[in-house]
Amino acid sequence: MSRADVRAAITEAHREEWARVVASLTRRFGDLDIAEEAAAEAFAAAVERWPADGVPPNPGGWLTTTAHRKAIDRIRRESKRDDKQKAAQLLDEGDPPGPPDAIDDERLRLIFTCCHPALAMETRVALTLRMVGGLTVPEIARAFLVQEAAMGRRITRAKAKIKAARIPYRVPSAQDLPERVAGVLAVLYLVFNEGYLATGPATDPVRHDLTAEAIRLTRLIRELMPDDGEVAGLLALMLLTEARRTARVSATGELVTLGEQDRRAWDPALVAEGQRLVRERLAAAAAGVAPGRYQILAAINAVHTSARDIRDTDWSQVVALYDQLVRLDPSPIIALNRAIAVAELDGPEVALAAVDRLEDRLAGYHAYHATRADLLRRLGRSQQARVAYDTAIELAGNTAEIAYLTRRRDQLG
Amino acid sequence: MQYLVSVINDTADLATPDEMAAIDAFNDGLIAQGHWVFAAGLAAPSTATVIDNRGEEAIFADGPFLESKEYLAGFWIMEAADLDVALKLAAQGSKACNRKVEVRPIL
Repeated sequence: MSRADVRAAITEAHREEWARVVASLTRRFGDLDIAEEAAAEAFAAAVERWPADGVPPNPGGWLTTTAHRKAIDRIRRESKRDDKQKAAQLLDEGDPPGPPDAIDDERLRLIFTCCHPALAMETRVALTLRMVGGLTVPEIARAFLVQEAAMGRRITRAKAKIKAARIPYRVPSAQDLPERVAGVLAVLYLVFNEGYLATGPATDPVRHDLTAEAIRLTRLIRELMPDDGEVAGLLALMLLTEARRTARVSATGELVTLGEQDRRAWDPALVAEGQRLVRERLAAAAAGVAPGRYQILAAINAVHTSARDIRDTDWSQVVALYDQLVRLDPSPIIALNRAIAVAELDGPEVALAAVDRLEDRLAGYHAYHATRADLLRRLGRSQQARVAYDTAIELAGNTAEIAYLTRRRDQLG
Repeated sequence: MQYLVSVINDTADLATPDEMAAIDAFNDGLIAQGHWVFAAGLAAPSTATVIDNRGEEAIFADGPFLESKEYLAGFWIMEAADLDVALKLAAQGSKACNRKVEVRPIL
């Protein structure tokens, strides 16, 4: 096995097994901090040993066993140092790792703990990305535009609060589920978006591991709550977005915009499944159930995926859906996306006026500058477009997007 | 596991008779369900005296240690299996006394 093969095996094991290992350790030792550290040590051991010893036949089993051993080592060290019996007792009382299907449920447990309402929203996202998504602290810090040290402290504080305040490690009761799920959905959507537009300079531009993980976990929650419209809406939104994934980055690693994508490359099975869910929610809306934001976003994506060609897009329908969304969520990012649709319906001049009104709130957001650059380019205002492209390139974190913006800038007359 | 549930007041108003009745009913429920440990209302912060006896001589100072618009008006100590249970009880307590409350685990 070549070094590259071993590296690929480690990457795959990290994607497939990280959350399982953390969940199983948390279940056994009742401590997220121990679980995270031992899981990280087990993966570090794999990086060290697999190139020499070879990839074990069951990488997940090897990692789980190694991580459990590392956790027990740490608890022994600490119990020696602190002379506390409590830690030693844990070893006898802990449940052994369960069968694979039970572990899937443990991951759900881990999610509900990481998304607990007693934690601040930004903390929930960070914790879920670290514990469930397996992102490193620097990757998460970059995703949220904060310093690494600050992000590290945020995660450390969260783990300490979970332990000290005894935030339970379990799936909430049926009665508490609806409100707890809304918090989880917000986190999963952010995880999906990080996968769909990855921010790291050293990561793939589209991180299928994260989008797949977000979809898998959303499916799991849909199984638990089949009647929740927003769960269905978020799943549909993710599927309709994921369907376009392979068409979204060119062979040369450049982002391909919706209008330029080869629509034959879209995944028809994902489109069909997503549109089926949207139809299900439209029927519910017709029966008087007001749709939430994920259902409206899914409906917008259903309009896009129904068009064989960008020119066939029903832009008035898209703008109408954005109007509905703005009433629900008056955030400047929604207004920016609405303006992009308005450009197709009413022209770039009208859209640019709407975008310019968002400057105060979005001046630090790369998509604001990328949108302006595109509108200015279409209006033939090359000089201003170039400045906007420069700012967008400077702020963008996604490698494929940077490549796309750079080409567009360099093609300006 | 025990939690301190602090009642945060941002006006000078004492509990109204309706609020007192709701607090009593809530306390009866705490006792019946085994969550009750202790509870008390506090006199106004202006009645407080701060004592510092870390030096050679105790120093007495008039008034609360922290001047703030929001102050501690009372508290519960509750027994609860975990934070989810404590948060539910605290939410009911907030409704009963018609004030914000803060939950903190007791070590």
